[in-house]
Amino acid sequence: MTSNTAGMERRDFVQLLGTGALVLVVSLSGCRRLSDALRGAPRTATTSVTPAAYLRLEDTGTVTVICHRSEMGQGIRTSIAMIVADELEADWSRVKVEQALGDEKTYGSQNTDGSRSIRDFYTALRQAGATGRALLEAAAAKEWNVPASEVEARDHVVAHRSSGRKLDYGQLVATARDLPMPGESAIRLKQPEQFRYIGKDMPIVDMADMITGAAQYGMDLRREGMLVAVIARPPVYGGTVKSVDSTAAEKVAGVERVVRLESTPPPSGFMPLGGVAVLARNTWAAIQGRQQLRVEWEKGPNATYDSAVFRGELERSVRRSGKVVRNQGDATRALQSASKRIQADYYIPHLGHAQMEPLAALATFENGKCDIWAPTQHPQAARDTVALALKIPVEDVRVSVTLLGGGFGRKSKPDFIVEAALLARETGKPVKVVWTREDDIQHDYFHTVAAQHLEGGLDASGKVTAWLHRTALPSIMATFVPGTVYAGEGEVGQGVTDLPFAVPNLRCENGPAAALTRIGWYRSVINIPHAFAIWSFADELAHAAGKDPKDFFLQLIGPERIIDMTKAGLAMKPWNYDRSFEDYPIDTARYRRVLELVADKSGWGKPLAKGRARGIAVHRSFLSYVATVIQVEVKSDGTVSIPRADVAIDAGTVVNPDRVRAQMEGATIMGIGNTLYGEISFKEGRPVQSNYTDYQVARIDAAPREFGVYIVPSKDLPGGVGEPGVPPVAPALCNAIFAATGRRIRSLPVAKQLVGGIASAG
Amino acid sequence: MISMTINGRGQEFSGDGAMPLLWYLRDELGLTGTKFGCGVSACGACTVHLDGQAVRACVTPVSAAEGKKVVTIEGLSRDGSHPVQRAWREHNVPQCGYCQTGQIMQAAALLAATPRPSDAEIDRAMAGNICRCGTYIRIRTAIHAAAGKDRS
Repeated sequence: MTSNTAGMERRDFVQLLGTGALVLVVSLSGCRRLSDALRGAPRTATTSVTPAAYLRLEDTGTVTVICHRSEMGQGIRTSIAMIVADELEADWSRVKVEQALGDEKTYGSQNTDGSRSIRDFYTALRQAGATGRALLEAAAAKEWNVPASEVEARDHVVAHRSSGRKLDYGQLVATARDLPMPGESAIRLKQPEQFRYIGKDMPIVDMADMITGAAQYGMDLRREGMLVAVIARPPVYGGTVKSVDSTAAEKVAGVERVVRLESTPPPSGFMPLGGVAVLARNTWAAIQGRQQLRVEWEKGPNATYDSAVFRGELERSVRRSGKVVRNQGDATRALQSASKRIQADYYIPHLGHAQMEPLAALATFENGKCDIWAPTQHPQAARDTVALALKIPVEDVRVSVTLLGGGFGRKSKPDFIVEAALLARETGKPVKVVWTREDDIQHDYFHTVAAQHLEGGLDASGKVTAWLHRTALPSIMATFVPGTVYAGEGEVGQGVTDLPFAVPNLRCENGPAAALTRIGWYRSVINIPHAFAIWSFADELAHAAGKDPKDFFLQLIGPERIIDMTKAGLAMKPWNYDRSFEDYPIDTARYRRVLELVADKSGWGKPLAKGRARGIAVHRSFLSYVATVIQVEVKSDGTVSIPRADVAIDAGTVVNPDRVRAQMEGATIMGIGNTLYGEISFKEGRPVQSNYTDYQVARIDAAPREFGVYIVPSKDLPGGVGEPGVPPVAPALCNAIFAATGRRIRSLPVAKQLVGGIASAG
Repeated sequence: MISMTINGRGQEFSGDGAMPLLWYLRDELGLTGTKFGCGVSACGACTVHLDGQAVRACVTPVSAAEGKKVVTIEGLSRDGSHPVQRAWREHNVPQCGYCQTGQIMQAAALLAATPRPSDAEIDRAMAGNICRCGTYIRIRTAIHAAAGKDRS
């Protein structure tokens, strides 16, 4: 490895590759070479080797890129192949993508969440490609008996400069196979201007399959002799089966077995909820069979969970002082002496993932070994949890990852996969567990509910002198750790403790909140409630100060600087998405740039037709910066439409700009759905909603007719892309509604508040 | 016995005629391009053509297809060359792809009835098809593109 390639220091590589993974081993023609490599791979002086087998070259010249991240719509199978193929100087038409098995030892972490695939593996994948290129060049040099410095690989061919001789990659495989791995000095990463694919719009590799119906998702899995299982699960989290009468279910044509599954007491983590499984020869029979079950449930400790009551508790929690998580200056005193003081409470309910493909997984169990095929974001968690549940060694569990029909965090949790494994062992047959949409909505790992209280003080010139933020929300950790009532540093670190404001007196507190259902991460996670409250309240302060919100936000963020997190008054470890602040500082220049860019492109400040207005917000999450302007039209009957949205993103280096734009479009539309209609509410311990009929998500008529995405050109380290587009949407949208109507939305979802409210006002 | 044509081939179904067409297509015929999304006609992932009309296979009993022509995504074109599929490719519409076969079937039916739809007509016709990835901007663009190209 060179010590200074692509403008990055050696330190950055070490950071980027994570613990121990410094040298990439390229696998040529399958396992033999890989196993050689595992025995004798080169290593650095200070770290152990974590080989990563991302690439295979056949003697036909076909390059197979092994994708170890799960494809759920972000286009990662394409982006990973682009990176490897670019550094390898491969001809794109001769590149194939193969999905990796779940195998952490070989590939490193495969947990596809946290918008981390590119930022964690960008350099590793480039190294893999560049290593392959160096090896092919060495092979050609050997063939021609010339120094390696005289040959050059380009577009799937190695050429000898002076003689003009050429060899196709495929012709070099046999020679390359027996060469030693190239030394560090032989591996040269490209300069960005040499990139062939990185930074260019590339169509996704799964396109043809997706538009012809050939694409295989977990739900599409079929095996000879397979049984389909549909499961009745305890309606309340923590409930158990008291008794079951399956006589009628067993009489349904096609039903073969009814099996009871043990419940896992809360916190159930990744383990299944238990219940009663109906196994049948086809899906319809299994669904019919389940309808015929008569199950009496023991409801358990969460049977009284009621969202209306719980909201009151959360709101009381933030009206008094909580655990201080950040404190700079003296906000309490500064608020008292402010010339204008305002306060507001914000609330957002639970949300559900509702990815288009309901959960499904196929398992077989033979000779003590379990084979799994599933649409999982996290094959390692699936493997570990199945091994734990079946009490077999992890090595005896194999996990193959299918395409995911959406994930958004739900498919990180392997509870549904464990169900399939348990039933395959029980029946001795291949079992596919199918969740219906009702199962999916009712037994989600719900996005948390949150109440927040904010107070701000303005001086006579309209400058913010004090900021108080209290947040209370059931923590994701409560799903794993008993008795959790406070948010983790990674939760308050999503918007609260990492707030970049130039405000001298700043106090952030976290109130206690117990979790009465399974809480899980949902695309952009706790940034959703925090960005909503912070940028709504900032907008309220702007109006109180009589200033333009965009200008006011720029003033609040303050001059261009790197926030020194060691002097930010944190009472806990700062959170930076598992990255150092040296590599990924909180940089207010980048906040300002996306704000100014989106304001410029959206026509911020220019007049609009009657009933129309714009709202703006900016947020840093997953190490990227996104600013969004939403334009709304509010009719006199309270109907909100969104004619236009503009999004600016600074995600550092981007691999496939088309997929970045696609993610901004999709994240914004999902954010619009979250904001306008998103709500899962609990009554008597269970969700009230059960399908798309009552859990409403954005449909095409909610999508803006005009949509602009602006990517800040950058050579910085890559940030996340899948999630950061969501957080600014809710505040930008509600700020726009305020600008259009004078009505401030502090509680989501919007929809039911405006109908009537605006009509009577107009 | 229920007889119908599926993607141009005669098929005979001998089971319970109340079974939704979706499960016949997927579980018995292996035509898994027609997707299960909601089971209650609320998402459009299972959209197929029944005598040229877009219907939701999840709430259409097999018996309703008696004597009719069913076309699924696998039968829309032999090689992905239907104008809608071409437009989808050109505009990089899919993200996760799961709902896209239903979207394409719905869009194809829309264009057969309304060759040059407006944005409002597209929204009306496509409002029953959910895309949780939010590819709607490109769906609109691709439908307009396919409308321009059709019959060319």
